[in-house]
Amino acid sequence: MTDHNIPVTEDELHAYVDNELPAERRLAVEAWLAAHPDDAARVTSWRTMSDALHAKYDAVADEPVPPRLSVDQLSRPPRRWMVGAIAASLLAFAVGGGVGWAVRGASATPSVFANFTGDALEAHKLYVVEVRHPVEVAGSERAHLQQWLTKRCGWQVRAPELGDSGLKLVGGRLLPGPTGPASFLMYETASGERFTIFASRAETETTQMRYAASGGNGALFWADRGVGYVVSGGTDRDRLTQVARLVYDQNEKAGL
Amino acid sequence: MSNDFRHSVETMIPALRRYARALARDTDIADDLVQDTLVRALRSEKLFLGGDLRAWLYTILTNLNRNRRRSLARQPTMMELHDTTADASGTEAEGRDISRALATLAEDQRAVLLLVVLEGLSYRDVADIQGVPIGTVMSRLARARAHVRAVIEGERPALRRVK
Repeated sequence: MTDHNIPVTEDELHAYVDNELPAERRLAVEAWLAAHPDDAARVTSWRTMSDALHAKYDAVADEPVPPRLSVDQLSRPPRRWMVGAIAASLLAFAVGGGVGWAVRGASATPSVFANFTGDALEAHKLYVVEVRHPVEVAGSERAHLQQWLTKRCGWQVRAPELGDSGLKLVGGRLLPGPTGPASFLMYETASGERFTIFASRAETETTQMRYAASGGNGALFWADRGVGYVVSGGTDRDRLTQVARLVYDQNEKAGL
Repeated sequence: MSNDFRHSVETMIPALRRYARALARDTDIADDLVQDTLVRALRSEKLFLGGDLRAWLYTILTNLNRNRRRSLARQPTMMELHDTTADASGTEAEGRDISRALATLAEDQRAVLLLVVLEGLSYRDVADIQGVPIGTVMSRLARARAHVRAVIEGERPALRRVK
């Protein structure tokens, strides 16, 4: 066999770099490269390119996988309505960078959104830093808390179970809302990360989720059956969306 | 759904995220792609008739990205143009160069380059993923490499030549 006499093709050079070359042509390619500096330079540049790609992107594979990509969560059969709403709000994030407000129903004016989210973020900032008195009624009195808030607010207030997100109910309080009383519930993780749920009557029936950020806090607003909800937390949108989705899911399941 | 299948899918998530990040060059879009890929894969276990799970997942992601770009092409959205600098670790000039060079590649060429070089797939697998003959994969790879090389090596001398 005189493989060495067959000219090396460009395809063979690529196959050589990518370890796809049949073993019997390897020596021929190496001899060719020794005699053809231009081709040798190309091969070197391809290897440099490969190193640069790995240097740039391998770190992504070492990052912790975000909660929204958890296989357990994704393989739960989703409620169709919710998936649409969440997909739409994620799309709104992607397109508008957080301010792309896709409004379903013309009745949801930006001022409803702004009033609600403003009030909720103020309450969030005010109370999440409280060590001794973050709430009026403690989470250990869940039944009493729900009953009291329901009576004062005028709609069925339920404190969702957010254990799936590692969140435990700290408790709640009654606050003035944009157009009447508001319920304010606080949750906490074992590491002290706090989320709050602010709810009050809204002058709109139903909207999709919208995002707002202020300082080190992020908030997701939506309205459903005449009640507006704002879930506030840190600025990690994935985490916030995960928590808001749990809240939404449980309210919907309860038929609120 | 079998736990084995689920677990196998799960172990692929880091590599899928890496490929998606390089393909879309935007953290949020990349993870949206991975999420959609996982949802589809998990719902279609029955459609997966053995074979290489890895290649199957890359196929789903590659197709989703193609569809996404097609629907973007119908809308006047310019989101593709902003280069996410907070991307991965690349703060050195080389990292910026490589992602900028990737951005200028045609979609199919970029996918071939990333699948072969970054993800280490065989030419045969990539041909199956893109639904084309191996010869087409090789010509896409050759064009991608020539283009990236021209972008990276062509830009620097041009800057030095300024008088």
